[in-house]
Amino acid sequence: MHDTSAEIVACIPALRRYARGLTGNKDSADDLVQDTLERAWRRIARWQRRGDLRAWLFSILHNRFIDLVRSARATPEESSGEAEVTLPIRPTQNDMLEIRDLDAALARIPPDQREVLLLVAVEQMKYEEVALTLEIPLGTVMSRLSRARERLRTIMEGREVVSRLKVIK
Amino acid sequence: MSVETTQPITEADLHAYADEQLPAERRVEVDAYLATHADEAARVQAWQRDNQALRSLLAPIVHEPIPVRMPLAPAPRVLRWRIAAMAASIAFVSAGTGWVARGTVDGQIPPAARVASTAEQPIPGFARRAAVAHVVYSPEVRRPVEVGADQEEQLVTWLSKRLGAPLKPPHLERIGYELIGGRLLPGEQGPVAQFMYHNAQGQRLTLYVTRELKQGSTTGFRFAQDGPVNVFYWIDGNFGYALSAGIDKSELARVATAVYDQLESR
Repeated sequence: MHDTSAEIVACIPALRRYARGLTGNKDSADDLVQDTLERAWRRIARWQRRGDLRAWLFSILHNRFIDLVRSARATPEESSGEAEVTLPIRPTQNDMLEIRDLDAALARIPPDQREVLLLVAVEQMKYEEVALTLEIPLGTVMSRLSRARERLRTIMEGREVVSRLKVIK
Repeated sequence: MSVETTQPITEADLHAYADEQLPAERRVEVDAYLATHADEAARVQAWQRDNQALRSLLAPIVHEPIPVRMPLAPAPRVLRWRIAAMAASIAFVSAGTGWVARGTVDGQIPPAARVASTAEQPIPGFARRAAVAHVVYSPEVRRPVEVGADQEEQLVTWLSKRLGAPLKPPHLERIGYELIGGRLLPGEQGPVAQFMYHNAQGQRLTLYVTRELKQGSTTGFRFAQDGPVNVFYWIDGNFGYALSAGIDKSELARVATAVYDQLESR
């Protein structure tokens, strides 16, 4: 029980990083993590080392995030993951713009794909661990990863094409 | 080594290659494939750049102090039960502490230990946070501290500045413990300091110092146990000190007495 407590605390920075990547907003991300921790502490006695602790914590966060996405669906703007490439487009001039672009691009990847991409790229989880965390088959992990990457490339390269056109003109 | 003799390369292979999740043998085969397929190689490289960019984008977050609102231990319902259990053991132990201190350092009982009250008070949050911090950082092999003892001057300046009061780690070589260094931690509302020591056997011990307490509540030594960690803590004005280690109570009392003596003589 004691070691588990310390392990949970040690996971907090990574949970916050993941939540920030998912929501793109500090306050919503910390709401999500706080909620996750409260649930984890309540359920810790029942958990009893049934599996990987990190996967368990991330899966609680995942479930909370999905709830959040579902309730946000009530508002029309967020109702489809298909809000197409219509954001203001500009050439990259410095790192700040690059970062903001990546942040914006991430927000336009559908939530279920964004989860897989972040767990793989940032949390560096094995595909099997991602499957366990999100409670989906391995094949679904791979297809979501593939679609997330394709989508990110389209968004990022779309911008590059426009910036090149500007230069030519 | 023609490509025909190997299993056909799948897109899943390419993703696993980009994410470094392929077994070594398969990796060699994908390497060979990418060497002759420039478009696919460019795609894989773009994914790897995206991985890197995402990591950099989110990297600063793991270095932020954990916000105060994050619960670092089970919520009140469970806790109240544990506090009650601890308060009971404190009443028992604080009587024992005076005995231990007397037996160990003949005639040098620190005033604080003498005034140790048997009044049952709940274990202050800082003692619990100290125990958690001990468990989190003391097993750390590569980065047990942020600033090492070799830069003690810097450590002292930095922590004193952040805590807003002169702060110096006690020297415990005389009783067999050497300073490893220290770090800054988030307390309940602001910064707290943690100093780490070890003895010749590699046994680690941490001293947690907080200024987050209300003025004027000086106490004697109190003892608490959190799992395998024993904690001696005391309050001196608005400073709270907690000494934690996975060592037995009498040995910890010996160190606590030495720490107290040094702090007192400043």
